[in-house]
Amino acid sequence: MTKIKSLADLKAMKQSVQDKIDTRQKGNAEGLTQVKVAMATCGIAAGAKQVMDYMMAETEKRGMNVVFTQTGCMGYCHAEPTIEVTLPGKEPIVFGYVDLKKADEIIEKYIRDGELVDGIIPVNYQTINK
Amino acid sequence: MEMINIIIDNKPVKAEKGQTILKIAREIGIDIPTLCYYELDGVNLENRPGGCRVCVVEIEGRRNLAPACATEVTEGMVIHTHSLRVVNARRTVVELILSDHPADCLVCSKSGKCELQTLAQRLGIRDIPFQGAKSTYRKDMSPAIIRDIDKCIMCRRCETVCNVWQTVGALSAINRGFEAVVATAYEQDLVKSPCTYCGQCIAACPVGALSEVDQTRQVITAISDPKKTVVVQTAPAVRVALGEEFGMEPGSIVTGKMAAALRAIGFDYVFDTDFAADLTIMEEGTELLDRIARFTKGDKTVKLPILTSCCPGWVNFFEYNYPDMLDVPSTAKSPQQMFGAVAKNYWTKKLGISREDMVVVSIMPCVAKKFECQRDEFKVDGNPDVDFALTTRELAELVRQFNIDFASLEEEDFDQPLGESTGAGVIFGATGGVIEAATRTAYELFTGKTLEKVDFKELRGLEGIRSATVDFDGTPINIGIAHGLANARQLLDSVRAGKTNFHAIEVMACPGGCIGGAGQPFHQGNFDIIRKRYDAIYREDAGKPIRKSHENPYIQALYKEWLGEPCGELSHHLLHTHYFDKSKHIEIEG
Amino acid sequence: MAKFKMHLLVCGGTGCHASKSQEIADNLKSSLKDKGLENEVQVILTGCFGFCEKGPIVKVMPDNTFYTEVKPQDAADIVAEHVIKGRKVTRLLYTDPENKQHVADSKHMGFYKKQLRIALRNCGFIDPQNIEEYIGADGYSALAKCLGEMTPAQVINEIKLSGLRGRGGGGFPTGLKWEIASKNHADQKYVVCNADEGDPGAFMDRSILEGDPHTVLEAMIINGYAIGATKGLVYIRAEYPLAINRLVIAINQAREYGLLGEDILGSGFNFDIEIRYGAGAFVCGEETALIHSMEGQRGEPTFKPPFPAESGYNNKPTNVNNVETYANIPIIINKGANWFNKIGTEKSKGTKVFALAGQINNVGLIEVPMGITLREIIYEIGGGIKGGREFKAVQTGGPSGGCLTKKHLDAPIDYDNLIAVGSMMGSGGMVVMDDTSCMVAIAKFYLEFTVEESCGKCTPCRVGNKRLYEILEKITKGNGTMEDLDNLRNLGRVIKDTALCGLGQTSPNPILSTIENFYDEYVEHIKDKKCRAGVCKSLMQYVIDPVQCVGCTACARNCPVNAIKGEKKMPHIIDQELCIKCGACIEKCKFNAISIQ
Repeated sequence: MTKIKSLADLKAMKQSVQDKIDTRQKGNAEGLTQVKVAMATCGIAAGAKQVMDYMMAETEKRGMNVVFTQTGCMGYCHAEPTIEVTLPGKEPIVFGYVDLKKADEIIEKYIRDGELVDGIIPVNYQTINK
Repeated sequence: MEMINIIIDNKPVKAEKGQTILKIAREIGIDIPTLCYYELDGVNLENRPGGCRVCVVEIEGRRNLAPACATEVTEGMVIHTHSLRVVNARRTVVELILSDHPADCLVCSKSGKCELQTLAQRLGIRDIPFQGAKSTYRKDMSPAIIRDIDKCIMCRRCETVCNVWQTVGALSAINRGFEAVVATAYEQDLVKSPCTYCGQCIAACPVGALSEVDQTRQVITAISDPKKTVVVQTAPAVRVALGEEFGMEPGSIVTGKMAAALRAIGFDYVFDTDFAADLTIMEEGTELLDRIARFTKGDKTVKLPILTSCCPGWVNFFEYNYPDMLDVPSTAKSPQQMFGAVAKNYWTKKLGISREDMVVVSIMPCVAKKFECQRDEFKVDGNPDVDFALTTRELAELVRQFNIDFASLEEEDFDQPLGESTGAGVIFGATGGVIEAATRTAYELFTGKTLEKVDFKELRGLEGIRSATVDFDGTPINIGIAHGLANARQLLDSVRAGKTNFHAIEVMACPGGCIGGAGQPFHQGNFDIIRKRYDAIYREDAGKPIRKSHENPYIQALYKEWLGEPCGELSHHLLHTHYFDKSKHIEIEG
Repeated sequence: MAKFKMHLLVCGGTGCHASKSQEIADNLKSSLKDKGLENEVQVILTGCFGFCEKGPIVKVMPDNTFYTEVKPQDAADIVAEHVIKGRKVTRLLYTDPENKQHVADSKHMGFYKKQLRIALRNCGFIDPQNIEEYIGADGYSALAKCLGEMTPAQVINEIKLSGLRGRGGGGFPTGLKWEIASKNHADQKYVVCNADEGDPGAFMDRSILEGDPHTVLEAMIINGYAIGATKGLVYIRAEYPLAINRLVIAINQAREYGLLGEDILGSGFNFDIEIRYGAGAFVCGEETALIHSMEGQRGEPTFKPPFPAESGYNNKPTNVNNVETYANIPIIINKGANWFNKIGTEKSKGTKVFALAGQINNVGLIEVPMGITLREIIYEIGGGIKGGREFKAVQTGGPSGGCLTKKHLDAPIDYDNLIAVGSMMGSGGMVVMDDTSCMVAIAKFYLEFTVEESCGKCTPCRVGNKRLYEILEKITKGNGTMEDLDNLRNLGRVIKDTALCGLGQTSPNPILSTIENFYDEYVEHIKDKKCRAGVCKSLMQYVIDPVQCVGCTACARNCPVNAIKGEKKMPHIIDQELCIKCGACIEKCKFNAISIQ
């Protein structure tokens, strides 16, 4: 671990991280899929941890190339657990009420085939960069 | 001092910047009522939590009413102290307090002196519109103090006194909301707390939530028992305060009326604790000189400074907080206990009665004396040297109960031989007095010369911590004085750290010494009353023909006839004590 | 790789569902099948879009076409025109209310602008346990900018210029607060983050700390630099274990990366942060009480002045800001005050995070620009009232706030407007109520909270709130008088006027505002002994209709308190004295003989 000692260090690190994120977001040649699980207190209470564990195990078992990350609250408390799936080259899609059965459906249909499943949560906010 | 312009009740006023609305209003004759606010200006003690909200006033341009006690004036401030909004709010606040207060004024210890009662009267409250639950708690009896915190109004005065003035920390607010109350940690009994029984919480309490254990009934029973010889002793500070209970001016000296009243009540012998104070000086002064002498000879085991041990609150305090320094204070008993020992060992013999047939009552300005006389080491086979310690207030109660018109009593003298005292004995009642009395005697014993100037002005005053060096004919003797246990703690901590070169330190727990004791008539925060008592003590001293303890002829006779010499064998047995490590006595049950 | 070329998203939220969205989806599917497109176009039911006012909604992906107020019979047109011919069905497009133009691409709809994520910008986007993700999202660049390019005075000026006001409830201008703290000189100053979020149902601060802890740390360091403090403290309630855990990780990472500690980014500026745990007393959210709690004293407020900026933690100048306030700081520095102060209203700049709860479809955390209306929040973000019931009231500001009603639906929400209508911003709780809520019971609920959470220091709050509660209880029990109503109002006003701290000064708000807005409901409780929402049990009576009752004894056998008497095959009677209104009898009666009156 190197310390960030100056603005230049910080910028360099930001660049390298952003490169990584960009790769992840755009999806690279190998067709990397990214799944973010909302793991705030509300999500965990609703079972997000189990869903994440299950999906990690299942995608590996099924030989799928999926990267999982945990993140904070997305704000959809009415529909916890929520996950966001980003297929290579596509816009992120948020699914709500993800129990193990739903997780299985998402893996099989959306992640594998790009076929949407019921329970999408439409994004209804804008971020500062857009 | 920057002066600013404000308007109070349509009156333009020039006011000192940074001063509170309350103080400025009172200066110009607008008496905004207060309840939780409490100030002892002489010792810089202030309780200003801004909690009761009785003193609220309206300030133009502010959304809410402001507490006058805690709001500082600013330029151009326009204040209304009795607008409809203010009067309505103030009244409602007091009604709310009353709605959670036991309505047992008829039998309350504070009745007639209760600040809440006075306030309710002043605001003309005739009924309480709010009916509802009352917060109730367990009543707590200790040997000296009764806590009936159903009556607590959360003014926090006791808490401030206990924590800021005394640094004892026995009392603080506990619980939340409606159940909030000032109590001991975990609402335990006071006896399991570090309480020193100084009783300043009682003196500060505006209501009857805190009071002393009343022993007047036991005393009346003893007096009316023909088999008992009842002996009374009166502490120095009582005579300069008792008159207040009967409408006399603060600072009135009522020694002679008090003796007459005690006789009228029916005590068999009316003696004086001042006599025992002179005796204390003989013992403590001798002990001091002995320590100094051994110290000068290079005795490393000798402990200096010597600490006075007259004040029972202070004794409790160091037993709790300085268990490592128990060999530092003087081993001399307090005057009350010396008197008790003399009465029950000497006077009984003179009278030819057994100690069981004698009842010794003391009249004290103090609440902790009730605890002191119950200490096991001051009992012989369960029979205490002093049976009952009444406060000045309790004596006043007795006087009233016995239909005595105190103010018109003819003055009488104490009985002899235990009623004779010197000016040195009298000044025990004020901070610095014990050490001044000791100095008068020690000087003569140490130098062998006659002390011409007996007034040691450098030892007097009301500052919390004082120090002075007295010239013992070429030998400088360094003296420290503290009143208030916070000040004592400060001095003791520097002694413990080896940062001082005092030879002797006097400590009194109460503001101004015993004159400001918790058993005295309530001063309700008026420190001028304490100042007047202070002056009266020194007036009484100045008027005494003999002003050095060792010149008291009855003291001289007592040694000759019975005790032998100061700090001799019999003295050690009867007039000295030892101290206990009480740091472990504080029990916390979570 | 995807089989489907096109997706038709049909809103399956309760509001749209009630407007036959299932039928729309079915019709779409059958139309597609008719045209042989069922394997190319997929119909999906989604969660609520939030835009229930214009429901049902059908969204076409990937071109983002947004159809509103779709009816089942429109399904065929959507398939025939849009799916097959690629022509948008103009009459179903959303019409912009301002310029009356049809909006084809939902990304350009104003509806999306209802929510703007500034404080929550990273929540749900980055991994909160990975400092590098934060750095990748521009993290710590505001700090670098401050330390490298700005003087402390410039930083303060920027915050002042931004118009940011404290998000903890009071709404004090943040820049001004910093300025005062910066001007008080002392050997040591402190920066304190108030994470003692205590409003019932509010979790804005928790979510920020759990989702984006570094943004708070960064802001605190900037705050320290601005006012000349080298020590920061986060006061967080121990009931937030996950937030604490993430915060600890973040602090450790920041130290590892040299962003906390000595000589930060080579600037010579030192700053470090420690955590202090609170035991969960609501009053400790008040800054003086918070400071006393951190000092190990009893957590109760003291009179201001002195303000913490003059004499705070350990009697040193201390700046206390709330978590959400801090979350705005880095972005203000990065994007500039003039970007920030264009968002919001004249006197309330930026956004506010609300925890939307109660009888609303999209319960959740929202962030909206100041000046938004309740209607927009409830019907365009919150997705309307659960079960299509009628909106009755919304409580903002938690136990310190007031109940707003239909007449306030179109009032813009900002600090000053909310106070003007008898409520307050508070920390951001927003509880939506429908006609099943009894407003007297609601007022009682909030008051119970303040009675419980009062520190007991001042009389009006300690005793006054208890008395208010007792009067409310009397009313909900059916024993109230009209005089009680006067007492509530008078006492409520005195408490507001005289209480020591913000908790007491605002505690009567729920009562005063419900009396103001729902006076009839109080009068009904008092005069008619009726609770129209059926909440106040004491005012309900279970009654057996002697004509319907066949005397089967099912009710009597199931009554837990034996309150039902009667001979077999004879009409039964409920003893109202004994009845506890549990409702067991009504469930068991097969003859509809029991009713609530």
